[in-house]
Amino acid sequence: MAKIGKLRTRKHTVVLNRSKGGDAGIAFFLIIMGVFMFLPMLYTILQSLKPLDELWAYPPKFYVVSPTLKNFKDLFRLMNTSWVPFSRYIFNTVVISVTGTFGNLALSALAAYVLSKLHFPGKKWMFKLIVLSLMFNAVVAGIANFIIMSALGWVDTYFAVIIPAWGSTLGLYLMKQYMDSSVSDAVLESARLDGAKEVRIFWSIALPMVKPACLTLIVESFKNLWNYGSTIYIYSEELKTFNYAIGQIIAGGVVRSGAAAASTVVMMIVPIVVFVVSQSQIIETMASSGMKD
Amino acid sequence: MSAKATAAEQVVKRPVNRRDMNKFQWTIHEMKRNWVAYVMLAPYYLIFLTFTIIPVFVSLFMSFTDFNMLETPNFLLFQNYTRLFVDDDIFIIAVQNTMIFAAITGPVSYIMSFLVAWFINELSPKIRALVTLVFYAPNLAGSVYLIWQVAFSADSYGYVNGLLLYLDMIDTPVDWFHNASYVMPLCIVVALWTSLGTSFLAFIAGLQGMDRSLFEAGAVDGVKNRWQELWYITLPSMKPMLLFGAIQAITGSFGFGGIVTALAGFPSVDYAAHTITHHLDDYGGARFEIGYASAIATVLFIIMIGANGLVNKLLSKLGQ
Repeated sequence: MAKIGKLRTRKHTVVLNRSKGGDAGIAFFLIIMGVFMFLPMLYTILQSLKPLDELWAYPPKFYVVSPTLKNFKDLFRLMNTSWVPFSRYIFNTVVISVTGTFGNLALSALAAYVLSKLHFPGKKWMFKLIVLSLMFNAVVAGIANFIIMSALGWVDTYFAVIIPAWGSTLGLYLMKQYMDSSVSDAVLESARLDGAKEVRIFWSIALPMVKPACLTLIVESFKNLWNYGSTIYIYSEELKTFNYAIGQIIAGGVVRSGAAAASTVVMMIVPIVVFVVSQSQIIETMASSGMKD
Repeated sequence: MSAKATAAEQVVKRPVNRRDMNKFQWTIHEMKRNWVAYVMLAPYYLIFLTFTIIPVFVSLFMSFTDFNMLETPNFLLFQNYTRLFVDDDIFIIAVQNTMIFAAITGPVSYIMSFLVAWFINELSPKIRALVTLVFYAPNLAGSVYLIWQVAFSADSYGYVNGLLLYLDMIDTPVDWFHNASYVMPLCIVVALWTSLGTSFLAFIAGLQGMDRSLFEAGAVDGVKNRWQELWYITLPSMKPMLLFGAIQAITGSFGFGGIVTALAGFPSVDYAAHTITHHLDDYGGARFEIGYASAIATVLFIIMIGANGLVNKLLSKLGQ
């Protein structure tokens, strides 16, 4: 299979006309944009490595003269002084992010398959409702949401964060659109002729075809849940999240500006790792299966 | 009806003829036949109904009342809406600012997301993954945009002020995020910096999932260069993902506000960066005038629906 994939791509580049000027222009655009995107990220990392006197130096420097890990040490020391053990906040965030993300993926993929590939009365307006609801402001809807949560007795439990994530409209819309564009009806049809059940067709045919969209959904959902720091639904200290606890630590003013710089880096490491792992999965899929036909 | 019938319906022998039934009977018949679809859809849809649709409908209803969480609400009919457009000067400012934000950040982030995704599509997978990370990182890394506050900090320790003072371009440090003429452009730049998000990833995934044989067929049919290929082949086949990206760009740009609050505080100086979302948070979150806030949300909702309709119309012209 890998061979076929390669052959096809090679043929593809031979057939299609790619002007040198266009390539150069695109490379130039990407480099300029890349620098604009990367410099603030680099600055964030450099800030976290600066000792306090360099953070408050005049004139301020972009680069760091004597890099130190003191800010990270300070941050971890401050973590140990927290009210409940800091590992508890991390545990909460991990539970919420992992269960929320996988539930979201499972339910969205299943529902997206139905809305994209099956035909039944009510399908059109069911999908229309989902698209429309994406455009309604969450803050205002949040008030009614809170009432529903209290009626269910879910306020101040993990459920209040996890279950709504399972019904995320964004994830569903993404999966549905990807199924529309990348899963061919003909393949599903032949499976149906062979007598396969819908659930099985979904699981062994449609789902592998939408792997890139699944990985995108995982990254996106994980990112949102990992950064969840609201205390609207969760107010017990032992259920609060990592992001919230970090926010409390760095709210300590100028003395903690070093720890604050370090905390931004700490917060972004895990989503970036999740993203890199998912990207390597995509690369692997592309290499092993070639392209669909 | 028969035009829509899929091969599945042709294969399964229908026990009764469509012509023998009225519309209602036919619907019931079709529902029974497709019960698996409803079962598969149910887990998602029940959660969606409970935590999205019911709250939205409750909010729409509340926009016609003076609900404030304390007193029994009274039915006001359109009073909230007339108050918004007639009596609330700050709302008008908010609408203007939102329109400016949306008109710039919406199209720019949308087109940028697609172009970058398309440009990097033909790179080797490893390099593509690296470039994707560089472009996506500002969006991925949570509150990392606060670095702009550090760089543009109001005192001379801020990088930009320090640099400009050093170069003698200014005499005193500029309070960038509390200056009515700088706050808006700066927030737009930061918004664009973080704007390569879900739709960017979705475009990349969509481009990778495209059928390669389409390009080969196109080349045989006389597609001369990559731009023609983009217009006649890539864009039309990417339409589902483009629709997804459009919603993202619309909700992101019209619902813009979080970054402004984090960087410039609330309310922003002279309401120079006050958006509809801020106005809504103010009444809904701080003053508990839920009825009024719901009316603001409804107006925003209608604006977004309009924008989405417009984008759909434009997208239907692709490849023609």
